[in-house]
Order: sequence, then structure tokens, then C-alpha cells
Amino acid sequence: MSYQGKKNIPKITSDRLLIKGGRIVNDDQSFHADIYMEDGLIKQIGDNLIVPGGVKIIEANGKMVIPGGIDIHTHFQMPYRGTTTVDDFGQGSKAALAGGTTMFVDHVVPEPGSSLLEAFEHWREWAEEKACCDYSLHVDITHWNDSVKQEVESLIKEKGVNSFQVYLAYKDLYQMSNSELYEIFTFLGEQGAIAQVHAENGEIIAQEQARMLEMGITGPEGHVLSRPEELEAEAVFRAITIASQTNCPLYVTRVMSKSAADIISQARKKGNVVFGEPITASLGTDGTHYWSKNWAKAASFVTSPPLSPDPTTPDYLNTLLASGDLNVTGSAHCTFSVAQKAIGKDDFTQIPEGVNGVEERMSLIWDKAVVTGKMDENMFVAVTSTNAAKILNLYPRKGRIAVGSDSDLVIWDPDSVRTVTAKTHHSAAEYNVFEGLELRGAPMLVICQGKIVFEDGNLHATSGTGRFIPCSPFPDFAYKRVKARKQLALLRAVPRGMYDGPVAEFSPMSRGGTPSASARTSPTKTAPVRNLHQSGFSLAGTQNLNLSHLPGGRRIVVPPGGRSNITSLS
Amino acid sequence: MSGTGYEGRNNVPHITSEQLLIRGGRVINDDQSVYADVSVENGVIKQVGENLTVPEGVRVIEANGRMVIPGGIDVNTCFQKPYLSTVPVDDFFQGTKAAVAGGTTMIIDHVTPQPGDSLLEAFERWQEVADKRVCCDYSLHVDIPQWHNGVKEELELLVQEKGVNSFQVHMAYKDLLQMTDSQLYEAFLALKEMGAVVLVHAENGDLVAQEQSKILGMGITGPEGHPLSRPEELESEAVFRAITLGNRVNCPIYITKVMSKSAADIVTQARRKGSVVFGEPITASLVTDGSHYWSKNWAKAAAYVTSPPLSPDPTTPDYLHSLLACGDLQVVGSAHCAYSTSQKAIGKDNFTLIPEGTNGVEERMGFVWDKAVAMGKMDENQFVAVTSTNAAKIFNLYPRKGRIAVGSDADIVIWDPDKIKTITAKMQQSAVEYNIFEGMECRGGPVLVLSQGRIVYEEGKLHVQPGTGRFIPRKPFPDSIYQRIKIRDKMMGKQGVSRGIYDGPVYDVPATPKYITPAPSAKTSPTSHQPPPIRNLHQSNFSLSGAQIDDNVPRRSGHRIVAPPGGRSNITSLG
Repeated sequence: MSYQGKKNIPKITSDRLLIKGGRIVNDDQSFHADIYMEDGLIKQIGDNLIVPGGVKIIEANGKMVIPGGIDIHTHFQMPYRGTTTVDDFGQGSKAALAGGTTMFVDHVVPEPGSSLLEAFEHWREWAEEKACCDYSLHVDITHWNDSVKQEVESLIKEKGVNSFQVYLAYKDLYQMSNSELYEIFTFLGEQGAIAQVHAENGEIIAQEQARMLEMGITGPEGHVLSRPEELEAEAVFRAITIASQTNCPLYVTRVMSKSAADIISQARKKGNVVFGEPITASLGTDGTHYWSKNWAKAASFVTSPPLSPDPTTPDYLNTLLASGDLNVTGSAHCTFSVAQKAIGKDDFTQIPEGVNGVEERMSLIWDKAVVTGKMDENMFVAVTSTNAAKILNLYPRKGRIAVGSDSDLVIWDPDSVRTVTAKTHHSAAEYNVFEGLELRGAPMLVICQGKIVFEDGNLHATSGTGRFIPCSPFPDFAYKRVKARKQLALLRAVPRGMYDGPVAEFSPMSRGGTPSASARTSPTKTAPVRNLHQSGFSLAGTQNLNLSHLPGGRRIVVPPGGRSNITSLS
Repeated sequence: MSGTGYEGRNNVPHITSEQLLIRGGRVINDDQSVYADVSVENGVIKQVGENLTVPEGVRVIEANGRMVIPGGIDVNTCFQKPYLSTVPVDDFFQGTKAAVAGGTTMIIDHVTPQPGDSLLEAFERWQEVADKRVCCDYSLHVDIPQWHNGVKEELELLVQEKGVNSFQVHMAYKDLLQMTDSQLYEAFLALKEMGAVVLVHAENGDLVAQEQSKILGMGITGPEGHPLSRPEELESEAVFRAITLGNRVNCPIYITKVMSKSAADIVTQARRKGSVVFGEPITASLVTDGSHYWSKNWAKAAAYVTSPPLSPDPTTPDYLHSLLACGDLQVVGSAHCAYSTSQKAIGKDNFTLIPEGTNGVEERMGFVWDKAVAMGKMDENQFVAVTSTNAAKIFNLYPRKGRIAVGSDADIVIWDPDKIKTITAKMQQSAVEYNIFEGMECRGGPVLVLSQGRIVYEEGKLHVQPGTGRFIPRKPFPDSIYQRIKIRDKMMGKQGVSRGIYDGPVYDVPATPKYITPAPSAKTSPTSHQPPPIRNLHQSNFSLSGAQIDDNVPRRSGHRIVAPPGGRSNITSLG
């Protein structure tokens, strides 16, 4: 796939653009410079650029020019029990652009048992038809066997997918056992892919759900009651353990609670290669709404892991984002209409899960983190765009304003204030989980693929103009360290002489399965009577042993002719 | 047979006189130290006070200001645990002899039934053997090898009638003893309702199995494969998971064998957050480390094999002692399970077959003194707490055991803080050829040990007979654990929100018979082979019965919406 994309769609706006007088903000520095773009690429950056005539000039008037946002987690047009989410790739990518996001990464969710490749092709087709901005795809691994393994390999090598999500929740559906996770992580680590996890303990959730329903709790509050944040933290901890054993970089999608975030920051401090992704909803609102008297409102907040009922959570997560303990932000945008949510009106476990957030993501982080002084503008660019590009191995093509990069950029107005409401948002959902929230900071102008697609509140996006951006394996951001560790992690056996001492007689194990280290098997039904003062046992060599205590009545196998020199006390 | 009587059912002729006086000692309990005389009659402490008088002829022991402490309680021993039809070389007699020689006057042994065995039968088998062999009081934990409904009845019987209040579950030993999270959840729930203490062997068995096959595949077959395949992360992961499960069902959790810093940290953090969790480091983890697994001497390396393994990090023992001293870890066990070198050699070509277990019942108290009290980490009262009192409280033996007070059992030790001893397998009571503490110097040890009011150890000499120990039954719902649990149970009642019934439109869902449990899912049954329905965002054949604020929002068409009959909705408006 060529760098330039394969489509030649007639350009709507001029493909030569000059932004004058802006302040370029990358993740590492901010500086005043003009930007000249041509053919969807940034051609020149500097003062007093010499540009051809007939160029459209945009006056930035000292405003910030930032790399377009990358929303690394969306579910547009996702099939669900015969229906699909209300925001398709067109609607969803329009909402993205209106919020300053110029690239999204959607999750391919194959039906367990079906082909990953086929599902991937379906998603490609749907996105190709409607997406208004560039996109990539994650593929979720919903079952595991050898043929899936081969499909994963060809997705990595031929299809441009470098990240795969596995589930620790959804028992009997998507959930993977620890052994499967171990195998998957080992494989992904060898292939250079990123292992993403949906981290919640599905076994305990299933138990808790049954208990809640039994107690007569059927409303949306049952969702959060049956999925307390501890279960999220537990699964994050377990996933990190497995990833560390297999030396595979780990990416935790949807960090929703303080305790899960804490586990990630602790693990990072211990040296684990792990990335955490809080989402718009967990950064902007909390789980108190599950107790709303309005069923439809309560149901609109249903997502997994659930929003934490602790109202200090958003602030805490924004702080960790600012300190670099969490790295990227997604939206996990997955919108269902009230009627779709109402599938679960009598049973919270049937409510389709998902919240909006693709449009609000960047403004919300600006408002909660930059305006409050937690985070500077450079870190803002890092967590909304650059880090995602690095993890996806798209940097510096995406996530940076530099010569040669794609001209996806945003003129950001840090002072514009708007109130979020379902009436004016670009999503098709009736409820917005951020309803009524006043957000400071918004895009003034959005340029995607070198074209102005959003200006002063008006969208000029065209469905089908988005390109699929293939991601290559072994992103340096995650794999440099992993590669170095692989070389160090070689284990060596201790060179010893053969043990040639006596071996107690034992009954071999009859059980099947893997030879797990077992301390107890095959009981003798009645405990044998032992005579401690008699021993029918002698060692071939002189041994420094206190023979009087050895049990008698047991045949000891002495190897022929074996004087042992490795069993003496050292 | 069940032996629920306080006085025990063994009427073995006593060796020494029924009455005794310890004069001029400093009595150390977990809360205070006082100078007092202690008089003992019929195995029970009669009086504690100054200048006690006793009739003529009663033996008087002059303590001369030395410490008089409650006898130690070793909560974790395996004197009878079979492995591939062989049993440990230290049986109940040999083992309790070693215990007494180290100042421990009570042990709690693990009953380890095989999957499929009756727990009750196993318990009775253990009790029968122990009754004939032990030379100090004992009690029994029962391990639950498998979780199914039949087990529950047996557990209840054990709790109600047999005097067992603690049960161990395993998160390791895949395909053998390991339980899934769901089974653990159910087991915790059931045990908590019975008022039992849940002991957890915490290691992630799935990952251990994977690592074992990987390491065998690399050609590593020696004992170093054991710690390599069981890194401490797998221990801390399981500890974390066990605590999470415990919190969910509001069940107290007791982690047996805390072997690593990271596992201890998890316990500590959980306690800070309010979890009812207890951690038990063992003699081995408190004294030595896992560097010996790399010994060139196979037999020596194999002697250290236990699970979870000793951490190769040499700073571990010191760290665990600090946590014991500050109360983050509570109880010291020994996990004494001694196999001879020839038994260990069953795994000479494959480390996964090496029987697991280390010695430590005799060395336990001495080393805690040496490493913690003599170093100034811990005071003598905390020493009594971690070696005896806390165990008595957690397992509901307090104040009968674990305290020197009127009415308590006369299990008493006169402790010499300056006694120095060099550990060597030849001099220790255990029958193992390799003592994992070989060559280490230990300061502090018992001078005299009373068990049931009788002198069983004096000046380095044992006066014990097999079968003199009693089975001590333990009642459920120990206060020190369950007080909090009971109150939390009352507080935790969850209520649903009372709302009007949702009467808005409902999407018509095709039946999905594939669900086994109704897992909440954001994604199910995608019609993966059909093209997505074509959507017209500007046309809607859908209307809500009431006026809605979002009426102007485009809706999807082409799907049947089930509107309830006659339903004007007043609960679906934005608000």
C-alpha cells in the first residue's frame, strides 16, 4: 500500500494551503512558524516561506496549530445482535472531525468462531465506503486456535494490522483463559504486535451478575454493582503479569478507575512495557448517573468496564495522563439509541454497552487538564495524538507537524467555550453522556488530508475520502525495550554432574494433562506404619547422612556402581 | 472420636508431676511484659502473680528473670502429606519432636486429600495417625482439592462437628488442585457463611504450567527450573486475585506461604484499603533465599524446592521481617514438609517432579528472634504475637493458646535470648539430610518447654512420647476476623433504584440461543456475512409517543421498533 493512499478522489478544496502566523505545537516543543502544504503533505515549515501563487492562505493570528487528534479506540457501525451502532463510519468520522480528530482506529470484532480475515475485510469495506478521515483497524481476537494464529500472522504481515485486542471478560463468549492469553501474548510478542486487553475478571462478573439479578436488581445500577472497579484492577494486574512473562508489550484499553490506573503506573515503575488508555467518558464523567431515575439516561452510561461511581476519578485520571503514567486517550465511541439500549430494560446484562465521546475527546482533555494547569500544551498533543501514532507505528507520518508528515492538523482555540448537548452534537445518539458540560477549548479549523474539513462550526466532510493507513509491526515506541530484553532473557541451566544418588520408589502419575508440579498425588489409603529406628537402606558411597532417621520399609534404588560426588553436603 | 472436649481425649500417663511453679520469670505476652510467677496444675495455668506459694514437693523451676513466653504455634506443617505414594520423612512424631525442640507447643497440620477423596475420611485418617504419634497439641486444616456441591456438605460437617475451621484452596497445580475463579468465588462464599478461615495457596497455575513446559523445552531440567518457572510475579498476581475475590464476597483471606516481596506488598496494600487479609511468611522465606537453586550440588538445590519458591532476591528475608514487625504480615508458619534426598530425586531428570517442601518447624522461633528481635526490628511482645498469639486469634484458639493467663493451657517456654546455635542437619531433630539453614548461626532459643504442663524439653534434652498430644478442636467465626465481616455484611445490602417502568421503544432483537450465561456484551451475533443495512439518516419511520427533546435527531430506519401499547413515557425524557 502506497504512502499516498490509493484513491484519487476529486479534491474539493484547493490542495495548496499556507497557514500563516500560527504557533506550531508538537509534543516536544512549541514555536512560531508558517506551514505550507501540498498534495496532503506538509512541504515546508518556517518563516517567510516561498510558495507558488494561487495558494489559499489561512491566517492563524498566533493561534495554536496542533497535529490532528488520533482517536485510537472507536466502534463505528458495529454489528450487535442484528442491528448496528447508530453512528456509522460516516457519522462517526464526521463527529471526530468536528472535535479536531483527523484519524481514528476502529475495532474489528469478529464473531467467535468466524474468520478474522473475513471480518477485517468487512470492516474495511464499510469504512472505505463512508469514512471521512484516515483510519486504521485493530482486530479483536475472540477465539484462539491454530487457524486464528495463521490469520493473525497474515493480518500483521499483509494487511497492516499491528494491534490485537483480547478479552478477560465476557465469560463463555470472548473471554480467554490464562493459558490462552499466555499463548496469544507469546505469539504477538514474536510477531511484533501490540496486545490490547479488555481487562475485567469475567468469571467474577458472571457470579456477581447472577447475584444482582437474584436480589431483584435489574436496572442499569446493576451494571456497575456487578462490575466493581476491583475486578478491573485485578484483570489489569493479571494481564500485566502475563505480558511480563511473555515479554510482550501490553496496552490496556479503557482505563476506567483509579485502582486500575494505579496498577498500570506501579507496573510502569517496575519497568513493565504497558500503556494505559483512559477514555473520554472516564476522563469527563462518573458512574453516579447509573442511579438516575431516568432509565434511558442511566442506560446511556452503560459501558464496560463501567464508569466509576467515585466522582474523583476523572480528576485522578487526568493527573496520571499529565504525568505520563497513562499514555493515550481514546473515546471507545460506541453509540446505541435508546430503543437499542432498551433491549435490556428488564435485565441490565442485556443492555448494549457503549458511550459517546469521539467528538468531545480533545476539548474535554483541554478543559480538564490543560485549563486546570495539570498538563501543558505539548503533553496535550502527546496524549491526544503523538503517543497513539507512535504505538501504531505511524509516527512521524501522523502525530507530528513536520516536513513530510500528512497534513492533518488543527488550529486550536483554547478559549472557545461551548456546552455539550445532544441537540447539537454530531453523533446520532439521543443522549450525550456529557450533556450540559461546559468545555473550554475547541478546534477552529480542521485540515484533513490537506483539505479544510471543518471551519467555524461548519463541516465540509465527504464520506468515502478516508484512507486505510496500514500499521507495520515492531513499533519502536514499544519494541525497542522488548527486543533488548529478549536478548537478556535467555535462561541457562546449571551444568551439574548427573545425580546418581538413591531414588525413592514412587508410583507414577496416572493423571493426564500437563505435567504440573504437584506436591500430592496417589495417596496410600492408610498411612503406613513407620519404624524410625530401623533402616533397610544403604548408600553406595560414603555419605554425610544421619541414617537413623530415614524411613524404613521402602526400597531405595541405588544406581549400579555409583559413588556419588554431587550429593555430599557442600 | 471427634474430640470436642476441652480436656482432650487422650489419657496418657503423665511423666512429670501434675503441679509446677515457674518462679521469678518475666512473663511476656503480646501486649505486655511483667515479672510474675506462674503456677501450673493439670495442664492449665492456675495462677499468675508475684510470690506465689505452692505445696511441698511441687517442682519449682527457677527462671531467674528469664523470659517466659507462650509456647509457639506453627500454623503450617505437612507431616503426613503423601507425594506419589511416599510420605515425608518427618511424620507426626518426628515433626512434633522438632517443633518442641524449637519452642513450638502446637502445630496445625494440613490434611491433603486427593481429588475425588472424601474430605471427611481424609480428615479422620489424619487424625488417627496424628493421635498415635504427636507429642504436642495439634489441630488440622483441611485442603479442598476440588470444588463441587458434595464438598459443601462435608465441609459443614467438618466445621460443625469435627472442630475444623480452616480450609485451604489452591490457585496453582493445574489439572490437579487448581480452582477456577468461579469455583473460588463459590468456595469463598460457602466458607464464609460457615465462619471458616480461607487459606489460599496463591500462584497462577495456568502460567506456571506454561512456563514449566517452556523451560523444560529449553532443556532446563534441574532445580533452577523451579524458580524460573514460578517467578514471584505469578505469586503476587494470584495474591491480588485472591484478595479481589475475597473482597467481593466479603470473606477473610489468609495467604499461606508469603515468599516474595511483591506478594507481601500486595497483602500490605490490601490491608491499607481495608481488606480482611492475613499473610503468613514461613521460616524459609524469612531466613534464606532462592540463590541456592543454582547450586552445583543437585541434592542441595533440590532441598530448597517448595512452592511458591524462595525468591532469588537476597533482600527478601529482611523485607519480610520488617513487615512482620510492623504488623503488615501477622503469622509465621514453617510449611515444614520434609522429604529425603532420595525422595527429592524422583525429580532428578525433571524439576516438576521434585516433591515440594522445606524444613523449618524447629528453626522457626529461633530465627525470628535472631533476624527480627536481635536486630532491633521487633520487640519481644510482637515476637510473641507473630509466633503464637496472632495464630491463636485467627484460628480461634485464643486465649486457651497463645497467652500466659489464668485458665490458659500450660504451653509455656522459657526463652533464652542469648543462646547461640549453629544449625546443622546432624544436630536438628528433623530426619532430612539437608537442612536448608545449614551452617547458619541462630541467636535465641528455648531453655525449657512445657506442653500441657509437662516438661518436654529441658537443657537440650527432649522428654517426649508419641501420642501425648491432643487434637484441639476449633470453633468457626473467630472474633478477630469475623467481627468486621459480620458488620460489613449488614452494611453491604444493595438496593435497586425504584424507577417507573421503561415504556419507550424497544429494539426487536432476534433470539440468540447461543448464550450460555447471559454475558453482557457490547457485541454479539454480528451478521458478519451480510452487507450492513443501508441507512438513510434523513428518514425515520419511528416516533416516540411523547414529545421528545431529541425528536430532531436523525434516527435509523428499516428496523422494527416495538412500542409498548398505550405508553406515554414520562421517564425517558432527558434530565
